[in-house]
Amino acid sequence: MTLPLSDIQAVLPELIVVAAACLVLGLDPITPQSKKTWLAWLSLGSLVLCVPITISQMGTRVSAFSDLVVLDPYACFWKLLLYLVSGLTILLSLAYLKAERINLGEYYGFLLLSLSGMMIMVSAVDLLTIYLGTELMSLSLYVLAGFKRFEARSLEASAKYFVLGSFSSGILLYGISLLFGVAGSTRLSAIAAAVANRGLDDPALVLAMILLVVGFGFKIAVVPFHMWTPDVYEGAPTSVTAFMAVASKVASFGAFVRVFLEGLGGLKANWYGLFLVVCIATLVLGNVVAIVQTNIKRMLAYSSIAHAGYALIGIVVAGQADTEGAVRSAGLSSVMLYLAVYAFMTLGAFAVVAMLRKGGLEGEEIEDFTGLAKRQPIAAFLMLVFMVSLAGIPPTAGFIGKFYLFLAAVNAGLAWLAVIAVLFAAVSAYYYLRVVMVMYMRDLDISAGLAPRFASSPAMTVVLACAIAGVVILGLYPDPLVSLTTSAVLTLK
Amino acid sequence: MATLVFFYFAGVIVLTSLLVVALRNPIYSALSLLIMFFHVAGLYVTLRAEFLAAVQIIVYAGAILVLYLFVVMLLNVKREERYHQQFPIGAFLGLTILTEVLLLAYHRSSANEPALPLSQAARTMSNGQSVATGVAPAVGNTETIGEVLYSTYLFPFEVASLILLVAMIGAIILAKRDLFGEGKS
Repeated sequence: MTLPLSDIQAVLPELIVVAAACLVLGLDPITPQSKKTWLAWLSLGSLVLCVPITISQMGTRVSAFSDLVVLDPYACFWKLLLYLVSGLTILLSLAYLKAERINLGEYYGFLLLSLSGMMIMVSAVDLLTIYLGTELMSLSLYVLAGFKRFEARSLEASAKYFVLGSFSSGILLYGISLLFGVAGSTRLSAIAAAVANRGLDDPALVLAMILLVVGFGFKIAVVPFHMWTPDVYEGAPTSVTAFMAVASKVASFGAFVRVFLEGLGGLKANWYGLFLVVCIATLVLGNVVAIVQTNIKRMLAYSSIAHAGYALIGIVVAGQADTEGAVRSAGLSSVMLYLAVYAFMTLGAFAVVAMLRKGGLEGEEIEDFTGLAKRQPIAAFLMLVFMVSLAGIPPTAGFIGKFYLFLAAVNAGLAWLAVIAVLFAAVSAYYYLRVVMVMYMRDLDISAGLAPRFASSPAMTVVLACAIAGVVILGLYPDPLVSLTTSAVLTLK
Repeated sequence: MATLVFFYFAGVIVLTSLLVVALRNPIYSALSLLIMFFHVAGLYVTLRAEFLAAVQIIVYAGAILVLYLFVVMLLNVKREERYHQQFPIGAFLGLTILTEVLLLAYHRSSANEPALPLSQAARTMSNGQSVATGVAPAVGNTETIGEVLYSTYLFPFEVASLILLVAMIGAIILAKRDLFGEGKS
């Protein structure tokens, strides 16, 4: 059997990432403890190598491996975003792993393997391949979540994530097997043809669709499949939490949109209502429950649930029965734009949290931020910008992201949904600005003990600089990204 | 004859499945599960799916069930009462799903077009596109699956190997002692 060279070229970035992961895993035992950072640089180097390759592949839609994988601008957009997120996570981990004494080479190996799973998810057009990509991503994340083995919380997070994650994978597989039964193939194009043939009312199709919503809903953490999120985000090492909150959500959304638009686009009259309910429930619950959190990682977990709800608005717009091509692509491109913006601000916020140290421990209560503005004005200001952006206040990127989503909703005749979302954005301002209030308006009681400090390092500075640059530049000049997402969405069938 | 064989396997499957949930001793439950797995494999053989039958025995009976028995024996589960308190919930969920299945079955029989037959589905799977006609390949289904795995489905097959790699190293990371040099200090 021979493999055409074009197939290899199509998955070259995946191959590079996997090769780097294997190299890291292989080199780890012979690397002395003091030189473990080299493995991080090796991982980072592989990502840098992938960026130009993916950019050069951005042109047209090419399919490879007997139509199981495609390379289109849509997939390349997500891949580039994933490289950025993974690269920043690696930089973020450098100092964090040392401080937490979990500086193992395997960490970077798993990060890269998880990334390769995500890359497969966003470029696959076959449900089986998408499923395997999801599993590769999730299995690596289960291990990463439990990396602080000596801490019960971390192990609990890992076990909980594993059990619930496998359960949701099972549900996803049920859906896939039902679709296979109906369409006779797991390829999205064949499923679309079967849907067109058999019509909307086929019970097997509807049931399969519901099961797929549940399976993917778990991965993107929307209500009512969000229960695992706060516990896992709180227990996992902060650098891993940042990676989970951003990268896995971005990749799952990428696959989610492709499956429902390319594969089940004919059923949109059915899934539109379902997504609408899930979207509103997510907005309400995510934002309201975030108010009562005292731990900043839990608060950011609920905030990430709420942000998934905002992003769903774009998919609801795309699924509305009477939308034309332009409105549909506006909805989808605003999802992509929103997730890109979300990546910058959430990574930034988690980077600040990871840097805050209280003695030898992490300072992860909101109380630990008390009076930070006086002691470390730069860090406090950065956190201020990220919080303002998460709340969606101009002139930050968070505002731009929400603006395009709400604009798409209004244009699709869903103005009432936009109004609900704006109302809950106002609710979210309360808990984001509470962090700002604690930093700027309160003074630390010195007698209480050690004052939490920021452990700064050059790599961390780079992460924060990238995140803040993204938040500010996209907030003031979003045009290039907007045109990129708009053109990327057009290649989606 | 075929019908008789089917009813034998189906009957034993139903009976042993009931025993799995009805028996109070978890080890007896596991053993009934084992018998059920073998009969499911038998059912696959009557459907001419030898490969599936072999996988059923190797994976389920050979690996999963043995693992399950290990856990049961190691943990020495004695508090069986706890499992039986959930009866009302279980009955409710079971009845709901049963109603759903019956409704679907009713709906299906009233629909005019039958679902894609299994053999045709397998053929579409191996060719990568829908082929309405053509006879089944002369080679057995194990060979066909092997061919398809290494040609059409090469990419997902390799991804699956990565998943196994992650599972293997992940288990070591989470379980190995002295990974962080705790033992040395």
